[in-house]
Amino acid sequence: MSAASVSPAATRARLAAIRVQLRPATAASLLVVAFLAVAVIAPSVLTSGSPTTIDLQHTLLSPSFSHVFGTDDAGRDLYTRAVYGARESLGIGLGATGLAMAIAILLGFAAGLARGIVDAVLTRILEVAFAFPVLLLALLLIAIRGPSVATEIVAVGIGSAPGYARMVRGQVLHVRQAGYIESAVALGHGRWVVIRQHLFPNAIRPLVAVMTLGVGQSIVWASGLAFLGLGVAPPSPEWGALLDAGRDSITTSPWLEIMPGLVIVLVALAVTSLGRTLQHRLEGAAR
Amino acid sequence: MTEVTASERVSLGTDPDVPLLAVENLRVSFGGHEVVRGISFTAHPGRCLAIVGESGSGKSVTARTLVGLTGSGAHVRADRIELDGIDLTTQSERTWRAIRGRDIGFVLQDALGSLDQLRRVGDEVAEPLRVHGWGTRASRSRKAIELLGSMGVPEPAVKARQRPYELSGGLRQRALIASAIALDPKLIVADEPTTALDVTVQAQVLDLLAEAKAHGTSIILISHDLSVVARLADEVAVMRDGEVVEHGPVHQVLRRPRHAYTQALLDAIPSEHTRGTRLSRGGNVPQRSRRPVDRGRPVLEARHLTKVYRGPDRVDRTVVDDVSFELFGGETLGIVGESGSGKTTTARIALSLLAPTSGEVLLHGESWSTLPPRRRRPLRKRIGVVYQDPLNSFDPRWSVGRITIDALTMGNRPPSSRAEARERAVRLLEQVGLGDQHFDAAPLRLSGGQRQRVAIARALAPEPEVIVCDEPVSALDVSIQAQVLDLLTDLQDELGVSYLFISHDLGVIHHMSDRILVMKDGQVVESGTADDVFRRPQHPYTQRLLTALPRLVPA
Repeated sequence: MSAASVSPAATRARLAAIRVQLRPATAASLLVVAFLAVAVIAPSVLTSGSPTTIDLQHTLLSPSFSHVFGTDDAGRDLYTRAVYGARESLGIGLGATGLAMAIAILLGFAAGLARGIVDAVLTRILEVAFAFPVLLLALLLIAIRGPSVATEIVAVGIGSAPGYARMVRGQVLHVRQAGYIESAVALGHGRWVVIRQHLFPNAIRPLVAVMTLGVGQSIVWASGLAFLGLGVAPPSPEWGALLDAGRDSITTSPWLEIMPGLVIVLVALAVTSLGRTLQHRLEGAAR
Repeated sequence: MTEVTASERVSLGTDPDVPLLAVENLRVSFGGHEVVRGISFTAHPGRCLAIVGESGSGKSVTARTLVGLTGSGAHVRADRIELDGIDLTTQSERTWRAIRGRDIGFVLQDALGSLDQLRRVGDEVAEPLRVHGWGTRASRSRKAIELLGSMGVPEPAVKARQRPYELSGGLRQRALIASAIALDPKLIVADEPTTALDVTVQAQVLDLLAEAKAHGTSIILISHDLSVVARLADEVAVMRDGEVVEHGPVHQVLRRPRHAYTQALLDAIPSEHTRGTRLSRGGNVPQRSRRPVDRGRPVLEARHLTKVYRGPDRVDRTVVDDVSFELFGGETLGIVGESGSGKTTTARIALSLLAPTSGEVLLHGESWSTLPPRRRRPLRKRIGVVYQDPLNSFDPRWSVGRITIDALTMGNRPPSSRAEARERAVRLLEQVGLGDQHFDAAPLRLSGGQRQRVAIARALAPEPEVIVCDEPVSALDVSIQAQVLDLLTDLQDELGVSYLFISHDLGVIHHMSDRILVMKDGQVVESGTADDVFRRPQHPYTQRLLTALPRLVPA
């Protein structure tokens, strides 16, 4: 039979597949993200110390039961600093992805809806921007404006926008071919109603998962910039800044690099894994 | 070069009385759910067994079992599956590979999906030869061209070098059959081999299969279409819910069916004989007296419509060529034609979803296609549309209720409150045979027939005078098709709505239409009342269409 007539049994099977039980990787990722959420909202729940308390009696201690991540050259507890750094790091990740998405939706819809010459010009610009390394673009911006959280968000946001914009444009072109768009036009709906009611939500839907993936990536990029000394400055417990601070003693006290590095890897991994799961489920649900 | 003609494929000493394939008590289940429940049949050399049934009857699973392609999730049991004395129930995957292609040829419905897009057609046809170690590379490629030639493919040497997507549907299907018979199998299993094809191409493919049968090949034909079966089969097994409800010689099953389900299936087939009767629920019950057609001013009028597209090769193609028609109140105007005839383009121009290159469409005698979009929009409520694939025409995020209410708000009397909107939406759903329980359902979870009912409810909601139906029943099973056609007729009697009814199915068109346009290559080659066109066709193309049409009762 043709693809149009999906039997009820097949539909039921597909719906059952969407409700699959939690895979261990997904469960672990959810745990990491839950921990992260607590660290952002109420870091004091996870640690009794303060990220800035200097204790010159206990500098550069390797990881132990009292200091699970060890201490830094000022005797500050690294675990506590990592927990308090979550807010800034995640803020940069979310902010950069949000900004990238906003730009991408604007440009992607403009290109996808306009078509013709506007589309051609926008698409060429996006392709050139896409070919430009994100890090280089970020370096340029930071060189102009000086390092700060805001600059970092803008730099990573603008840098990753072209990739998303191309995706949005593709979605718009795909969805505008859909039968329900023509049906809405045939019913007498105006252009903007059709865009608002059908085109926008359906074109955006698959991007939710992509956005989750983007958060993990942005965190990694932001940390990379900070490690190069181009992000948030070291007294801040932002994860990239922690890496930057530990750089000089990497041979003598490697935990200063390893511990924050592990945190970044773990968070990026968890968020990416959740994004993938979300992507699979949404794709399955959207026939 | 040796010409291998079909006559050389005769295997000598085949006795039509000894079954080639014997299947006893076949049971197939998927995860505890039994889809084939103990069926038995035999296939004989030079004869065709047809297994007919609607979707979900288990006919395709049966076909796949015969070639060992049920997939890993299936549990197959049978007292006996024997091909030419070999027990097939105990075969390993390795032995299956040896049997498939050599002893059993398999033809699927979807030729585009079954042929590798990236390989040349000739290589695809020669694939079974290669797999079974037949000849050399060069001799295989010669044989592939011969096979294509024997399938009636024009310029087989050229076609063999092309890729599947460069060929028309009919040619692809012939290539697939050529591949299936490459090694001269004793048995061909054909699963809906002509369902996706136009009538004239279907006739050619059926002729090819008939020729193979005449030369001693045994054919198992899986089909939902009883008229196709009538043309090729010697024996028919009717399946329903995994069981064979009736089994016998073709003329007995189709003329004097013993089982009520077979009778219902036969009654549900629209044709010239069913005009003015109901198709579903027992069948042949006369309809209520039809509302007379209002022959005053036409509600929809097309004047010299032409649509020209410029292809990527900068060559202009005229898709619709000087098409004119009038549609009166309460009338059904059928447009029939094969794929590429321009019927859907004509429908989209009639709906003003597409601007004609020249000519114009009038709605109630007033300009319609020439209006600027802003002035056209308020008039859209007067002309509705029902598509072939309703699911694609619904926003996947919307429920049935929301779809219906959205359409209600576009009409002359938009509901003033939520409660009124819901009440009117439910009433509309009831009018098309659905109900309150479907209000919150997602269309994805409805059956094909139910989805089409939702689409009809949406088209009716703004209370239009005209509904354009573009292949509205082509994706439906025959019994569901019967219900939807009956519903459309009832609604016309009740509301006096006019239909511009587009279909490739001559039977459906004859059953539904008062007047008919026959389209070919963008032009209207013949028009007139349904009876004139079908009984006294003037144009050679119409005559050819009608000859190609498989019939239950020979004309």
